[in-house]
Amino acid sequence: MKMSYKLVFAAMLAAGIVGCGKEEPKKVEPAKAAAPVEPSQVVKIAAAGPLTVKTPHLGKDNENGVALAIEHANAKKLKIGGKLIKFEMMSEDDQGDPKVGTTVAQKLIDAKVVAVIGHLNSGVSIPASEAYNKAGIPMVTGSATNPTLTERGLKTVFRTVARDDQQGPAVAAYIAGEMKAKKVALIDDKTAYGEGLANEVEKALKAAKVTITGRDRTTDTETDFKSILTKVKAKNPDVIFYGGMDQTAGPMIKQGRELGIKATFVFGDGACTEEMFVKAQDAANGLVCSQAGLPSQASSAEFLTAFKAKFGDVKQYAPTFYDATNAVIEAMKKADSVDPAKFAPEIFNVSFTGASGKIEFDAKGDRKDAEVTIFKLEGGKLVPVSIVKGGVATKFEMAAAPAAAVPAAAAPVSAAPAAAKPVEAPKK
Amino acid sequence: MDTFLQQLVNGLTLGCVYAVVALGYTMVYGIIQLINFAHGEVVMIGAMVAFTVITALAGSGMPPLAIVLMSLLAAIPACMLVGYTVERVAYKPLRNAPRLAPLITAIGVSIILQHLALLIWGRNYITFPQIVPTQTFALTGSANSATITNIQIAIIVLSVAMMAGLIALVYRTRIGIAMRATSQNAGVAGLMGINVNNVISFTFLIGAALGAVAGVMIGSYYGQAYYQMGFLLGLKAFSAAVLGGIGNLGGAVLGGILIGLIEAFGAGYMGDITNVCTLNRFLPGFAGMCEANANASLLGSNYKEVYAFVILILVLRFRPSGLLGERVSDRA
Repeated sequence: MKMSYKLVFAAMLAAGIVGCGKEEPKKVEPAKAAAPVEPSQVVKIAAAGPLTVKTPHLGKDNENGVALAIEHANAKKLKIGGKLIKFEMMSEDDQGDPKVGTTVAQKLIDAKVVAVIGHLNSGVSIPASEAYNKAGIPMVTGSATNPTLTERGLKTVFRTVARDDQQGPAVAAYIAGEMKAKKVALIDDKTAYGEGLANEVEKALKAAKVTITGRDRTTDTETDFKSILTKVKAKNPDVIFYGGMDQTAGPMIKQGRELGIKATFVFGDGACTEEMFVKAQDAANGLVCSQAGLPSQASSAEFLTAFKAKFGDVKQYAPTFYDATNAVIEAMKKADSVDPAKFAPEIFNVSFTGASGKIEFDAKGDRKDAEVTIFKLEGGKLVPVSIVKGGVATKFEMAAAPAAAVPAAAAPVSAAPAAAKPVEAPKK
Repeated sequence: MDTFLQQLVNGLTLGCVYAVVALGYTMVYGIIQLINFAHGEVVMIGAMVAFTVITALAGSGMPPLAIVLMSLLAAIPACMLVGYTVERVAYKPLRNAPRLAPLITAIGVSIILQHLALLIWGRNYITFPQIVPTQTFALTGSANSATITNIQIAIIVLSVAMMAGLIALVYRTRIGIAMRATSQNAGVAGLMGINVNNVISFTFLIGAALGAVAGVMIGSYYGQAYYQMGFLLGLKAFSAAVLGGIGNLGGAVLGGILIGLIEAFGAGYMGDITNVCTLNRFLPGFAGMCEANANASLLGSNYKEVYAFVILILVLRFRPSGLLGERVSDRA
């Protein structure tokens, strides 16, 4: 083959691959056909989260929540400010990285979105929200739990989940109270979320006079935890708490069991997904974790059926992202305007019942009466064991309505998602 | 003592994996003085292909070891094909170009392979089905004994076997003589009757085969793989090769094992060594920090890669050609 032939072939191949490869996926949800005659307006709502690296399964789950909300809103054919509104979702990948997140924020601001539903990680939401605030665009997150997010006096930042200073003490109370642990080791992944949550748990455990055997750090891209776990094992804790996401927590608990660690692993909401069972198989059973909201099983039945039909099982925070999108839409209806300057202040005044319960925001932008749920992973499924609201824990009953004005869903969330399966030999 | 032993086991296993990957880098560099940045991606492809095969066969009732063998038999040719294609398409035309050109090409190939894998296997972390049950063996008699799992033993044994096999290949066979001759002086080797192109392709094939086995080992050890795993692994393995002396097979092995051990011991002990209360006993100025939080330390386990690279820099400062590298003067 002549060299120029190969060069051209290689160039075409490269162009084709790069062209089809990783670009920030722009998902545009076509709305249901609007009546062409009336004046109509296209309004872009952005969804942001990690879609290609770190926790893409969770980023996609959240994006699906937003997509469903937009689809439902378009079906209602809302008229705001005299015009028929067609909502479009603009989805961006922030790679779970604060640096990429701020670039994505700028991109969305330039694209003139009216609101951003996201991001997923606290560490990304915090810097990105500063950019959004300067541009006057409201940001509502359904999963970022770090308290700093709403403590900076920014009037355009909201969340539909609990905060880590509610989640941390709830987890600590469970560890000290229910699990009666005497020695706890803490590990975090050095992100704003992981470190922040571990700090809250440590504070609360110290107040409860539990011995902290050590505080170790890792990173959110680590794969080999044997060294750090060996160090932790030497101090013989009863419980190991890890603040981080499931893509690091899964291998961590698996390697911990391989090392012969008998302690119970406790995680925050970042690792409270059934993905843990996919990653660690039997090693994951018995873990305890918390979520900064009602269990997804307790979401409204209509949401669950609609979501299941379109996207399959809820992974974690799709309901809160659905509610976050609706909060923005409700504010638009209240202000009768799609101009962020006009409807952003109205978000403080919304009050409705969403997929995850009653949505109302307090003066800081946090969700009022947020709940924290403690789960246990048994037989590969997350089973809620108690719900903590306002510092008071109640045992979770599936049949009764949980502490929210939402009819408890009867549909149980079915088996663990995707990936590999048929296991024949008995697992460790 | 048990903790030390455990960290040793952890470090050794990790080090063996790095060593096998580093061998791929060092061989290619020895032959054509090119740092094949795409090698990390070849390892990743080995892991992904193995995943596909294992998932496909997992329900079929074959014995687990046979399934792993099948996955190896699938991954090795796949990686060889990738390695051979990359060499012929991307590197061969640039054999006489200035050294920078194939280097940048290698980076480009690495990115292309990553995205090919993204397209084929998707963006999520893929989890290997657990077909071989993990058995843990205690190393000492005590209650908190150091443990070693069957997978770790397999990795160490397999790595040693491959390293020994490679060294036997290079030093005891005719093709090995050809490889060594080509690496010394490709022009003269050609004049002596060696088919230099074939030798270079053969080197890439062997490197890719080693990479495939490394990929399967990593997949089984950690239980998960994803399309970007090759990047950092390749970087560390390349650093290991440089640490030991690039171009030197024994150096790659030494470098790999050393980096693995440094990471394990660094992550395990640096936190305790730089604990503020421990430091308070020897150095002034830490009393306040010690009272505030007895568990805080200056350097934690999250810096484990930093420790490895710091050692690399120190070694290179005093021995620029690596630990086992010969001091070669520039050829005139």
